[in-house]
Amino acid sequence: MTAPLLEVKDLHTQFFTDDGVVHAVDGISFDLHEGESLGIVGESGSGKSMTALSIMGLVPEPGRVTRGEIRLRGHDMVRMRPEDVREIRGRDIAMIFQDPLSSLNPVLKNGFQIEEAMLAHRHLSRKQTGARAVELLKKVRVPAPAERVRDYPHQLSGGMRQRTMIAMGLANEPAILIADEPTTALDVTVQAQILELLRDLNQELNTSIIMITHNLGVVAGLCSRVIVMYAGQIVEQGPVEEIFGRPQHPYTWALLRSVPRVDAIQHERLRSIEGLPPDLISPPTGCRFHPRCPFRVDRCFRDEPPLETTSAGHTAACWVTMNRAYEEMGAGELLDVRPGAASGVHGAGARQVG
Amino acid sequence: MAEPLAVQAPAKSPALTDALVRVEDVVKHFPARLGASVKAVDGVTFQIRKGECLGLVGESGCGKSTLGRLIAQLLPLTSGHVYFKDIDLTRLHGEKLRRQRREFQMIFQDPFASLDPRMTVGDIIGEPIDNFGVARGRLRNERVQDLLRVVGLNPNFNNRYPHEFSGGQRQRIGVARALSVQPSLIICDEPISALDVSIQGQIINLLQDLQERFNLTYLFIAHDLAVVRHISHRVMVMYLGKVVEVADSRRIYSDPRHPYTAALLSAIPVPDPKVERQRRLVHLEGEIPSPINPPSGCRFHTRCPIAQAVCSEVDPLLEEKMPSHWSACHFADRVGSVAPWARTPA
Repeated sequence: MTAPLLEVKDLHTQFFTDDGVVHAVDGISFDLHEGESLGIVGESGSGKSMTALSIMGLVPEPGRVTRGEIRLRGHDMVRMRPEDVREIRGRDIAMIFQDPLSSLNPVLKNGFQIEEAMLAHRHLSRKQTGARAVELLKKVRVPAPAERVRDYPHQLSGGMRQRTMIAMGLANEPAILIADEPTTALDVTVQAQILELLRDLNQELNTSIIMITHNLGVVAGLCSRVIVMYAGQIVEQGPVEEIFGRPQHPYTWALLRSVPRVDAIQHERLRSIEGLPPDLISPPTGCRFHPRCPFRVDRCFRDEPPLETTSAGHTAACWVTMNRAYEEMGAGELLDVRPGAASGVHGAGARQVG
Repeated sequence: MAEPLAVQAPAKSPALTDALVRVEDVVKHFPARLGASVKAVDGVTFQIRKGECLGLVGESGCGKSTLGRLIAQLLPLTSGHVYFKDIDLTRLHGEKLRRQRREFQMIFQDPFASLDPRMTVGDIIGEPIDNFGVARGRLRNERVQDLLRVVGLNPNFNNRYPHEFSGGQRQRIGVARALSVQPSLIICDEPISALDVSIQGQIINLLQDLQERFNLTYLFIAHDLAVVRHISHRVMVMYLGKVVEVADSRRIYSDPRHPYTAALLSAIPVPDPKVERQRRLVHLEGEIPSPINPPSGCRFHTRCPIAQAVCSEVDPLLEEKMPSHWSACHFADRVGSVAPWARTPA
């Protein structure tokens, strides 16, 4: 395999608050290859968004990257001068956010906002950028793009605004597009269209995508590789089929079983994860998931498990791993029916449980 | 758990004999600029059976939350009737209406905005108890503590304030408040949308347990058909202020009879890469039209993949296409052709 486009090594991002130091991102490492579509999943507070902001050099006060490297094509962005990072941001790495309304400037026309991204990094005339803005809107499938560039953000629907944001992100043909919950604020039918667009852009333009989301379904459809984060750390990563088909970390396993599925057996009970995510100022000792883990052993209370390879390209940070949990600890019985496993939408064998 | 429930007997006609709530031709128009009006809910008729959970699904702006508030009498109706146990709530005022309110309570979406930050949890849960004189003094406090226990919280948390709790715990407090006056109907307005995935299941399971334990009836409003599937006996889908489909939840997911339901179902991401690879998205043209000026005929015709000329002229009635399966579509029998289920049962 060629050298990775982006290498994150032992990244620590901390927030220095009055209550103490919040370890938002706590020593994570991963690679992103050219043209890859990588999903980072986790719940609120897992550190997934802070990972993205750290890569962008946009960690808000009172936080900062305290340790580690973020290498883009070999160059460490953490140790770069701020003006050099600014050059990279928007040109090589672009980011789109959850709420397109608050990310767009309400008093500037859509077209100009897309042009601005180009003007910041390239020597182009307004005529050239204007034409390209229309082209970009066309590419993200905005109808009547020549008219939309003259509109203001409030004149667009949520889906169209997010498309405008994506057009802006693509303005300088970045190598990496980071999407932080880009569809969370949108209706499902619109979400499906945006995801389809991102999938096509990933394939057509060979843009690498980092998709940050809490929605496992979104990742399953878009990404080839998945990172699962819990309490600021990576607990598992691997190819999408592995993560969904043979999850090895109990958190991933439990999360998958707790997702409401449209193809589930009707009235099947959801299997929730008991307890709450930990406090990131003083996280639990040992494995951070141990207070909520059904398969913990003594060691989990004391020692922090490292990420270890469980199969080709698949790593998990767990002393037990689900393979062992199935064999020795009766995980299969706890499971009884994997949500959706025996159903399909036809609801074969549907049970009515009140 | 798997015992059949008596309340599940399927009814053959819209006039259910066991209806707890009857909504008849309810209309809600909000005034808009220049004398126009937003037709948020535009002629909706349905019933909620005693003991069932009716899921109400639709995208933002379809009128589902407004409908919930109309039933709870939190908004005045423009026209129509809401019967609760055969009492017409729209004709009640003042004290008579207030007395009835004990019977139907609400759980709201945002667990942060729906609890008063300056009240203790005990007072939040106790307020309805005081309002309706359900219990006093020591009995009242015991009842508050019981309720905390019932929703899975520590009964000694009654002196704490909402900010000391997580989102999921706050939603439990909201559930306890709704339960405090022993209502028969609870209107749940997107109760889990603001919660993390691992917490959503906890609240859904809690609501299911409580329904069984206290014989509750739910109207469960959600934008997500996947969430509703786990809890609802019947599902109703709304589009632009109208009900487009109502059916048994077993039927509606496997055999939708309205193209909008089919499109919604096709758009929901499933956490399984194999299923995702087989996805066939039903593409909807354009955007949801404005509820100020809804399209003529069938409101969905501007975006419908199977629309014909008649659809722009004649508004289809909500009709029983199959036993207890209602759809408002001229071509309900052709919906199968656009339905995306390449999904094979494993």
